[in-house]
Amino acid sequence: MTFTSQMGADHHRCDELFASVEQAVEGGQWPQAAQAHQHFIEAMEQHLQTEEQLLFPAFEEASGMREGPTSMMRYEHEQMRELFAQMGEALSAERGEDYLGAAETLLILMQQHNAKEEQILYPMLDQVLAPQAATLLAQLESRIKQG
Amino acid sequence: MNYTALSLSQAPPLSVPLRFFLTAPLFLAAAALLFIFADPTLLSGRWSPLMLALTHLITLGFLATCMVGAVQQLLPVLIGTPFGSPRRVAALLHLPLVAGIALLVTGMGLTRPLLLQLGSALLLPALLLFILLTAHALWRTRSRHATVAAMGLALLGLLLLGAIALWVLPLSHWQPPLAHPYTRLHIGWGAVGWIGALLIGVAYQVVPMFQITPEYPPRVRRWLIPALALLLTGWSLSHDWLPILTPLLGHLLALLLALFAAQTLWLQEQRRRRLADVSLDFWRLAMLSLLLALLTWVAGQWLHWPRLELLTGALFLLGFATSAVNGMLYKIVPFLVWLHLNSRLQAQGRWQGGVPNMKQVILPGVTRWQLRLHLLALALLLLTLALPTTIPPWIAGGLWLANALFLWWNLLQGVRCYRRTLQAAQAVPV
Repeated sequence: MTFTSQMGADHHRCDELFASVEQAVEGGQWPQAAQAHQHFIEAMEQHLQTEEQLLFPAFEEASGMREGPTSMMRYEHEQMRELFAQMGEALSAERGEDYLGAAETLLILMQQHNAKEEQILYPMLDQVLAPQAATLLAQLESRIKQG
Repeated sequence: MNYTALSLSQAPPLSVPLRFFLTAPLFLAAAALLFIFADPTLLSGRWSPLMLALTHLITLGFLATCMVGAVQQLLPVLIGTPFGSPRRVAALLHLPLVAGIALLVTGMGLTRPLLLQLGSALLLPALLLFILLTAHALWRTRSRHATVAAMGLALLGLLLLGAIALWVLPLSHWQPPLAHPYTRLHIGWGAVGWIGALLIGVAYQVVPMFQITPEYPPRVRRWLIPALALLLTGWSLSHDWLPILTPLLGHLLALLLALFAAQTLWLQEQRRRRLADVSLDFWRLAMLSLLLALLTWVAGQWLHWPRLELLTGALFLLGFATSAVNGMLYKIVPFLVWLHLNSRLQAQGRWQGGVPNMKQVILPGVTRWQLRLHLLALALLLLTLALPTTIPPWIAGGLWLANALFLWWNLLQGVRCYRRTLQAAQAVPV
C-alpha cells in the first residue's frame, strides 16, 4: 500500500461520483442530481482535506518545502471549491447549462491536478514519508473511507 | 498570500500557446486553397511538387505548429518541468517556425531551391531549439509515466525526419519531388515515430482524463512505445541490410498502431462520462481514420493502385492526426482562457462578475457544427481522391477551407471572450 495507490484510487472514486451527477443533471433529474452532487462534494472535501490537514503538512515538515508543490496544490483546491460553489448555485436554481459548464471546467481542472499528484507529488510522498508511512496510511484510511 | 504568482508559475502566459494555436489553422486553410486552385494533375499521385507542398502545409503548418504550442503548455502540467523564460522561448520559436514553414512550402510547390534553403535555415534552428528544450525537460522530470517515453520517441522521430530531409535535399540539388529511397525513412519516422508516438503519449493522458475511462492496460503502456521504436529501427535498417524483412516489419508496425486505435476505441466505449462531447467525437473519428489508413496502407502493399497512397495520406494526416488535434484544441483553449481569467481576476478578489466557464468561452453548439463540417470535408476529400475524374476538387477544397477557418474562428472567440471579460472587469471601480 502506498500514498500513490490509495490516493489515486480515491481520485477514481471521486471521478465516478462526478460522472453520476453530470448524468443526472443532463437528464434533468433534479432530486437525484442534488443527492449525487452532495455525495460528490462530500467525497471531494474528504479527499482535499485529507491532503491539506494530513499529507501536505507531513510532507512539508519532512521535506522542508513549504512553498513548493503543495502550495500549488492547495491553490488549485481553492479554485475547485469556487467551482463547487458555482455548481451548487446552478443546482439550486435548476440551471442545467450553467451546472454542466462549471462541471466541465472542474473536470479539466481536477484531472490535470490529479495527473500532477499521481505522477509527481504522490511518488514524492512515498519517498519522503516512508518512515511514517504506516501511521499516515492508517489515518488516511479512516478519513477517506467514512463516506 | 499571492495566489496569482503561484498559479502562473506553473502555466506559461496565455499568449505562449495561443499564438501557435491561432496560426496553425491558417496553414490548414492554405492547404485547402492549394487543393482548390492547383492544376488537376495534383491528384495524379504523390510525387509532385504541389502534393509535397500540400503535405507539408498539413504536417509542419498545422500539426507541428500545434505541437510546439501544446508542448509548452503541457510540459509543466503533465511532467512538472516547464521551459525556463516561456515568453522568450515562444517568441524565439514562433516567427522562425511560421516564416520557415511558409518559405519551405512555397519553395517545394514552385520548385525554388533558394526558398527551400531559406525556409530550412529558419525552420531547422527553431525545431532544433524546441527539440533540445523538450528533451531537457523530459530528462529532468520526476514523472515515470509512459507519456515521457512516448514523447521521447516523438522527439527522436522529429529529429531523424529532419536530419533525413536535410541530408537528402542537397543530394538532389534542392530539387523536389524527392522520390529518393530515403524519403521512405523520412515518411516512416514522421508518421510512426513523430506523429504516432506523440498522439499515443497524449492519448495515455487525455483519453482516461477527459471521459473518465479505464487507464490503458499496464502492458500496453509498458511495451507499445518500446516495440514501435524497435520495429521502426529494424524497418529502417532492413532497407539496406535485409530487404526481405522490410514488408514484415512494416506490417507489424501497422498492426501495433491498429491495436492502439482499437484499444482507444474500446476504452472510450467503457467511459463513465456519458455526455455528448465534441472532443470525444473528434477522437473517435481520429481512431477510425487511423484504422482505415492502416487498411489502405496494407492494401497498397499488395494492390499497387496509386490512389491508395493518396487515401492513406489523407486518412492518416487529416482523418487521424488533424481530427485528434482539433478535438483537443476544444478542451485546451477554453480551459486556458478560464484558468488565466480566474487567476487574474477572481483570486485577487477584484471581480465578482463571474468568470465564464468553459462552455461559455467557446460554445459547444458551434464546435459541434465544425465537427459536422470536418466530417463532410473529410468524406468529400476521400471521394475526390478515389474518383478524381468524377468529382471536381474545388468541392472538397472549399469544404476544407471553410472547415479550417471555422476552427480558427472558434478559437478566436475564446481569445475575444478573454479580452471582453478582462475589459469588463477593469471597468468596474475597485
